[in-house]
Amino acid sequence: MGLESRIPAGPLAEKWDRHLFELKLVNPANKRKFDIIVVGTGLAGAAASASMAELGYNVKTFCIQDSPRRAHSIAAQGGINAAKNYSNDGDSIWRLFYDTIKGGDYRAREANVYRLAQVSNLIIDHCVAQGVPFARDYGGLLSNRSFGGAQVSRTFYARGQTGQQLLLGAYSSLSRQAAAGKVRLYARRDMLDLVVVDGQARGIVVRNLVNGDIETYAADAVVLATGGYGNVFYLSTNAMACNVTACFQAYKKGAFFANPCFTQIHPTCIPVHGDYQSKLTLMSESLRNDGRVWVPQTPGDKRAPGQIPEAGRDYFLENKYPSFGNLVPRDVASRNAKEQCDQGKGVGETGLAVYLDFADAIQRDGREVISQKYGNLFEMYAKITGQDPYETPMMIYPAVHYTMGGLWVDYNLMSTIPGLFVTGEANFSDHGANRLGASALMQGLADGYFIIPYTIGGYLTGGGYKKITTDHPEFKAAAGAVASRIQRLLAVKGKRTADDFHRSLGKIMWEYCGMARNNAGLLNAREKIAALRSEFWDNLLVPSTGAQFNQSLEKAGRVADFLEFGELMIIDALARQESCGGHFNEAFQTEENEARRDDENFTHVAAWEFAGEGQAPVFHKEPLVFENVKLSQRSYK
Amino acid sequence: MTTAKTIHLTLKVVRQTGPDQKSNLETYAARNVSTDMSFLEMLDVVNEDLTLAGQDPIAFDHDCREGICGMCGAVVNGRPHGPQEGTTLCQLHMRHFEDGDEVVIEPWRSRAFKVIKDLVVDRGAFDQIIQAGGYISINTGGAPDANSLPVPKEMADQAMDAAACIGCGACVAACPNASAMLFTGAKISQLALLPQGRPEAKRRAAAMVAAMDKLGFGNCTNERECEAVCPKNISIVHIARMNREFLKAGFF
Repeated sequence: MGLESRIPAGPLAEKWDRHLFELKLVNPANKRKFDIIVVGTGLAGAAASASMAELGYNVKTFCIQDSPRRAHSIAAQGGINAAKNYSNDGDSIWRLFYDTIKGGDYRAREANVYRLAQVSNLIIDHCVAQGVPFARDYGGLLSNRSFGGAQVSRTFYARGQTGQQLLLGAYSSLSRQAAAGKVRLYARRDMLDLVVVDGQARGIVVRNLVNGDIETYAADAVVLATGGYGNVFYLSTNAMACNVTACFQAYKKGAFFANPCFTQIHPTCIPVHGDYQSKLTLMSESLRNDGRVWVPQTPGDKRAPGQIPEAGRDYFLENKYPSFGNLVPRDVASRNAKEQCDQGKGVGETGLAVYLDFADAIQRDGREVISQKYGNLFEMYAKITGQDPYETPMMIYPAVHYTMGGLWVDYNLMSTIPGLFVTGEANFSDHGANRLGASALMQGLADGYFIIPYTIGGYLTGGGYKKITTDHPEFKAAAGAVASRIQRLLAVKGKRTADDFHRSLGKIMWEYCGMARNNAGLLNAREKIAALRSEFWDNLLVPSTGAQFNQSLEKAGRVADFLEFGELMIIDALARQESCGGHFNEAFQTEENEARRDDENFTHVAAWEFAGEGQAPVFHKEPLVFENVKLSQRSYK
Repeated sequence: MTTAKTIHLTLKVVRQTGPDQKSNLETYAARNVSTDMSFLEMLDVVNEDLTLAGQDPIAFDHDCREGICGMCGAVVNGRPHGPQEGTTLCQLHMRHFEDGDEVVIEPWRSRAFKVIKDLVVDRGAFDQIIQAGGYISINTGGAPDANSLPVPKEMADQAMDAAACIGCGACVAACPNASAMLFTGAKISQLALLPQGRPEAKRRAAAMVAAMDKLGFGNCTNERECEAVCPKNISIVHIARMNREFLKAGFF
């Protein structure tokens, strides 16, 4: 199977418009004849469900949580980018496109990223019309702030709860369509398999989390909006239920997985503080607008921060990157924090933290202003750590936050399985090797509101398939396979819980496939994962039965998939013998310890095809062609 | 971090195997609890021990564990989300407990929230209230430029105060009448404050209040328990605004 990206011809700025015209339309009266399944109700899923239902399609929408309002998009704090140029500081669609391509270290498609920048403005208009209470200035117009990797203020925000407000906006549109009968909502359902009939995605198998029933649903197309796989590291800023299962099962049914090794380590998280810890908490990157990052000049300096005079402090980001300072992109900020800690300059009890200091900002702008901007973040920090960031600098350390890799999709957001579309973080398409701050919300909503409602029509008009129901033998077979996998998990009856295995996997991934990687470590990790996986199937303990509410069983299934998926990440990381963005192989760095790309050999998307249980996946290459930007070493100095 | 201590607690947890089953109060020892742990991390550790001992772990809802998704919640020593003001259960840390404390943990209780298992309840009724009118009826596409409609900052800020609701249900659990007025009022208020929401304000208020009544939630008798336990400090001002919007819908 080849990789056809289906990027339209023509000049960059005209591609999307031309494509919209060329896409076949579904007659309004015929839309009601099509059923579409959407899995996931984050920004990408809720927006897609609502918009497609508004057009007239029959949508069935599934989520793991008890309500579609809770998907993890809700936790995004800082904001959403758009090229409005409301700040009059020289922003444009072209600049947003350029910043995103550059920020992604030239490993994303030009055409996709340009389209993202184009529709960014529509998103803000739509969300305001929905009643999203964005921050405003005294004149009543929308307020903007700046974010890492950009020198313009293009980020729209709703206090430190932008993701929540955007998600509740999408959820309100979804609720309206549910009331209208165009969306049927299925909450507390866990997608465990994809059903493919005659080569086309035609439905899903889910477990009803309340009573344990295995249910099947059929449709004319399936949209996965199931988020990222950051929880493969066990500790991440992802919600507890975030998992790779839906995407991984689709991969096993023939969808290629692209760039799985591209993971983002976010620089400003609350440091790890104990073995029992279940997750890490992000402190929005917007804090770097006013907070100054520093460590003591002298390794091992254990004085309290207030005792260390200016001369004894190293503001390492400001010193090393004078033009971007504390606002360098996330991958750069994270690696530099690690580097300082590796040199013994880390602070706090574990030595794995750097300071983020607001003293200057408070002195300059006053406590009131800082509190208005970041009040809820400061409170959250105080709740978790018991320390007051108004009085003493925050301590932060990088943590796994976002995954740029995902299922491979073409320009229409369709995977290598016809009829299977993938939106939001679950696909690989727009962020290359590193995502810029405030771009995830933008991408999720762009995919959901303004891209898939059109492109899915182009697929559905293509026809070439007949109506089927869940009585089809493929549905029976898939449901049977899911049931036997669940029985297998319950039957091990060993001595270690799924959480325990997950923790072990996370340690391997963080140690060898985290902020810095090397070939020996990756090879070592591959063996360790294989050993852990084999122990998992010999020694897993899942209490109770499958025919009821059983959170341990849910968890076990997810960990089983992570144990296979982790190996795929390692394989991808080993195949990419360069450093770029979030993928930093120690053998490939500049003299100043920046990522050194190998454009000659690696300007491509690595897409992996499942080749059968126990077989090495098959590598496919989608070359990336840059016609509009010149590839250069990223410099934020 | 502050320096962590280790404490020992006795948990009394309401266990219930299914919606139509009887509940029991079970006692568990939570030993060697670090005061840096969150309340849910403490329950994780207890559950790990229960599982290894061949018992069924305590079922509880949770997801983001940073106080924003609204999935978690239980009544701790009689108070929804536990003793700390303005805090969800996942953000409650064990440094607020003393060595030797007895901690009673119960699910939300309300006619409209059926228990699914142990501390897990069905809050689908909240979705139904929103579906009755908690939205602005616009379709994707065709919205005017975002800055074409100025909104006074003060209004936008007040709308944001209301919009901060996470839909956790603590307000219902705390109310002696199991009223959902804080939840419903917050959404009606957010959309009534914004000019975008005015065209449908009447219909929205009438429909959402009717849905709330139909789903079995009680009425407000100004106990203010909801406001006291709300993890997002949503004010009952929004209930007052809902009442005004509701009256306007009926009479004007």
